[in-house]
Amino acid sequence: MRKTIQELLLVENTQLNHDNFRLVLQSESELPEIFPGQFVNVEIKQATEIFLRRPFSILDVDREKKQFSLLVKILGRGSKVLTTYKAGEKISVIYPLGNGFTIPEKDDKILLIGGGSGVAPMLFLSKVCGLDPKQVHILLGARSNRDHIDISDYKQNGNFYFTTEDGSLGEKGFVTNHPVYKSELSGFDKIYTCGPNPMMKAVAADAAKSGAFCEVSLENMMACGFGVCLCCVEKTTSGHKCVCTDGPVFNIKDLTWQI
Amino acid sequence: MADLGVNIKDLYFKNPVLTASGTCGFGQEIADFVDLEKLGGVVMKGTTLKHREGNNYPRMAETPSGMLNAVGLQNKGVDNFVKNIYPTIKDVNSNFIVNVNGSTIEEYVELTERINELDKIPAIELNISCPNVKEGGMAFGVSCPSAEAVVKAVRAVYHKPLIVKLSPNVTNIAEIARAVEGQGADSVSLVNTFLGMAINAETRKPVLSTITGGLSGPAIKPIALRMVWQVAQAVKVPVIGMGGIMNATDAIEFMLAGATAVQVGTAIFIDPTIPVQIVDGINEYLERHQFSSVKEIIGAMQV
Repeated sequence: MRKTIQELLLVENTQLNHDNFRLVLQSESELPEIFPGQFVNVEIKQATEIFLRRPFSILDVDREKKQFSLLVKILGRGSKVLTTYKAGEKISVIYPLGNGFTIPEKDDKILLIGGGSGVAPMLFLSKVCGLDPKQVHILLGARSNRDHIDISDYKQNGNFYFTTEDGSLGEKGFVTNHPVYKSELSGFDKIYTCGPNPMMKAVAADAAKSGAFCEVSLENMMACGFGVCLCCVEKTTSGHKCVCTDGPVFNIKDLTWQI
Repeated sequence: MADLGVNIKDLYFKNPVLTASGTCGFGQEIADFVDLEKLGGVVMKGTTLKHREGNNYPRMAETPSGMLNAVGLQNKGVDNFVKNIYPTIKDVNSNFIVNVNGSTIEEYVELTERINELDKIPAIELNISCPNVKEGGMAFGVSCPSAEAVVKAVRAVYHKPLIVKLSPNVTNIAEIARAVEGQGADSVSLVNTFLGMAINAETRKPVLSTITGGLSGPAIKPIALRMVWQVAQAVKVPVIGMGGIMNATDAIEFMLAGATAVQVGTAIFIDPTIPVQIVDGINEYLERHQFSSVKEIIGAMQV
């Protein structure tokens, strides 16, 4: 998988809710192959106190238009500046980075669990799986309806379920309280999750108990994104691994934190 | 095209731009982005005798115009280097220099002997300045007697060019440079990172797992430049300058201060093509100022 550094044209910057934006980037050349779960590292030029690039999940890819989109949640100074960029600006991007999820088999029944901006790789995965939508179950969690990210393009990809902590959308509580999760977890061939660490740890612990195949997508602070700084390490059963190159997707069997 | 070639002892570099240790892996990690043969050299990830897991996460904190790291020399050890890394670089036409680290003098010597067996490794950079390991590392580089002892022991077994990487976390870096020159160092490279720290005010906790770490990036450039200038006047051996070099102008400033070559480090995290851009930028500068050789700007600061 060849990585590239390119100046890409921002063609769209759409606010999805109070703190999430979708940025669509256009390449002049053919896009490299991009797998769900991979990410990009974006240079943010307009603020001197922002020194390093910022990693963002790839939300969607349109190969014909040579475009891909990012889900950007405002978490700090870097992401905040990025969301102010206007269509027509050029952005330096290193991509595609990371390993990506294991693509499910044709007959697999899969559960995708996304929390917060962790929905981004889940939705891309649901789109490219090529599975019977009936076999794809997408469980999205948020604090409240206000935090929910509605990406309607994906509605045809599977069965959608929602949880919110305040009950303002879908089931009240965490994703682990949802009936689909509570009653059917062991019935899925593959479980994939991305979101806040407590959510992923809870899912991983349950999946480990039931023996289910489960992959999680981690997010650690990184400087380079392509495996040279060795800053973004995660403890695994075989020692420290870089989230940017060995991950961000890990099989829970290889992690130590869910045990 | 101006002549960009420089020498460290009898080792020829086609241009004076190298990558700094710990910022380009073992070279292949940045090969998607750059042609390694366009670089004067690649100083590879710090290598130790045995596998090292490095420090716990978090290992990085962004700071204004720079970053702190506390990687702690994570690497798979020299056996892995010889078996898996060396075959991938030995046919690339550049100078691949191994950054050598030890906890004891005996470890430095044993590791050096192992590297000495590899024909295509033309030099080592003896790291006596890593701020992120408890034992060894910077401890050797902060006093003249300990720096002299480790350089003397390594010099006795290593007859190719020996570069010694110095710590800026000392009162008088020129004194340390003279001390290692006195024991046979063929070159000194400076500076390694400055000891620093970051605190998360919200949690009231240190950002790094190790509390302190090494500061790099443009934030340190003026201090590094001053140290390179001081050391270049204190020693006769070539100086390799580094510390916050982000572009060709930065690199030229280090050479004007007395550096024969430069290493580019943290900038690679932001743009791995920067070292090659710097090579082109130095050439453009030389032509614009009508220098025929890069050697003409070494130490050419006009006071």
